[in-house]
Amino acid sequence: MTDKADVLAQAERLHAFCRNAGAQPVQTSILQPAETLLDLYGEDIRARAYVTSDPLRGEQMLRPDFTVPVVQMHMDKGGDPARYTYMGEVFRRQERDPNRANEYIQVGYELFGGDDPAAADAEVFALFAEMLSPFGLRAATGDIGVLLAAVEGLSTTDKRKSALKRHIWRPRRFRALLERFGGRMPLPEPRKRLLAKLEKHGVQAVLDDAGPEIGLRSREDVAARLAVLAADSAQPPIAEAEVELLEDILSLRETSPHALAHLRDIAVDLVTITPALDRMQARLDALAGLGVDVDLLDFEASYGRTTMEYYDGFVFGFYAEGRPDLPPVASGGRYDALTRILGRGRAVPAVGGVVRPELVLTLTEEAAR
Amino acid sequence: MTLKLGVPSKGRLMDKTFEWFAEHGVRIARTGSEREYAGSVEGIAGIELVLLSAGEIPRELAAGRIHLGVTGSDLVQERIADWENRVQALEPMGFGFADLIIAVPRCWVDVDTLDDLDAAAAAFRAFHGHRLRIATKYHRLVREFLREAGVADYQLVDSQGATEGTVKNLTAEAIADITSTGETLRANHLKVLSDGLIHRSQATLFKSRTAPCDDACRAIYRALADRLALGN
Repeated sequence: MTDKADVLAQAERLHAFCRNAGAQPVQTSILQPAETLLDLYGEDIRARAYVTSDPLRGEQMLRPDFTVPVVQMHMDKGGDPARYTYMGEVFRRQERDPNRANEYIQVGYELFGGDDPAAADAEVFALFAEMLSPFGLRAATGDIGVLLAAVEGLSTTDKRKSALKRHIWRPRRFRALLERFGGRMPLPEPRKRLLAKLEKHGVQAVLDDAGPEIGLRSREDVAARLAVLAADSAQPPIAEAEVELLEDILSLRETSPHALAHLRDIAVDLVTITPALDRMQARLDALAGLGVDVDLLDFEASYGRTTMEYYDGFVFGFYAEGRPDLPPVASGGRYDALTRILGRGRAVPAVGGVVRPELVLTLTEEAAR
Repeated sequence: MTLKLGVPSKGRLMDKTFEWFAEHGVRIARTGSEREYAGSVEGIAGIELVLLSAGEIPRELAAGRIHLGVTGSDLVQERIADWENRVQALEPMGFGFADLIIAVPRCWVDVDTLDDLDAAAAAFRAFHGHRLRIATKYHRLVREFLREAGVADYQLVDSQGATEGTVKNLTAEAIADITSTGETLRANHLKVLSDGLIHRSQATLFKSRTAPCDDACRAIYRALADRLALGN
């Protein structure tokens, strides 16, 4: 077990590294209003964050990360562009593995605004790459933006596309939806019966037959979804060739230049991903300009899908290959959509990352032995 | 060192537990006055009976203060984090059956599966401005089940009783609760989702993995296990 004073000293060194890169140091409260985080991450966050309360403010959460409060702070009064750095404890409730830390120090670097997202992505990645260069870590990268653009390119209804996009971060449900929209999974029997009944008797009769209306979800809500179901059943399945293109993207794992070349081939049939690929190209150029060896940089199209739900563009993580037991030493990504949700209509391009000083310390001690 | 056996302290669950042990040749009885929580075990020497509320038995097992305990598998899975590593389910006892299920109003003709629930929750949130509320007292089990199923845009609201009434009272849109016959659900105009069975619970004999047990205690346990034909 590393000593907390040593970890804090290490954190201070990493924090200084970020300050020297031009970031302004910021602080956030440890107690965060639970409602904001619950609305953002859903009920799952309760399994991963400590909830406490007082009779006046209601439910509060011990900060599970800095990103949300830093975004809120920036959206309230930040300049453009703005670079922030922070250090402090985050708290993660554990229900499964007693060996995982429930409290640890994070040091972060966040970059808001600017007019060149590719350069911003590259700046943040290169900062962590340089910070961690003594340890020979493996970098993993991905791009949720490519996945979102690929879904957008499917020849199907907007309803189906938004259902798929909503579940990009839940791979299993995403797969189930894709199988159904692709016609590989037949409609469940009760749904078939419902659709037949709707067609024969009409919406009113079906609703009248269903028993008394109770609860806040009204007859109108039910009728609206019935209309959606009826409309959807009239739609042809997504073509097998398109489903295969999407699966091809999802399973893509290559070094970055090869991945990009492969995606360019796919873009011949799925042109909507081209702008995302142009951004990827620009990012690789910017990374190379900052001295990153992009020829060896891994790219995994599905990377970052199962972490926290807010990344919607470039994603990255740094791993100690000799220590598969350790979590990523650093990780981050782009989260433009989060700024839109927390900015009440306003949005700002944003990308950032965090590093865990105690892991840096562990690797430093290991290297010294 | 004695072997501590925790059993429910009252009601049908207690009676059925005593019957089950009697059928296996171990006679358990309450002693003293009717109001005194004390008991005896005949048939095997060295077993100390601990009468507890069924709801507290999981906690006592996890803390290692009792070696064996009888309670519902739903309570163990709900109340003990990482329960497989802290207790061992020795034997299902064949009574106290209850299904933990997800139920929605019967008037939701468009919702039959978890898939439907997820889609309805997304539309509900967009229209009503808050997440679809599910009333329950089984927070952990329900949350894990819905996470596995990839259901989003819901929130759990706590309900410690009369959960079937929460929909009519507008404090929740759906419920997750235990049911044995479904009678109360029907009376409250609710229906179970076709894939909404979260856990099929019954009274179960559990063994603590954390309770300290010396040679004498282990010998008592082996004698009891032989008698109950537990095999280990």
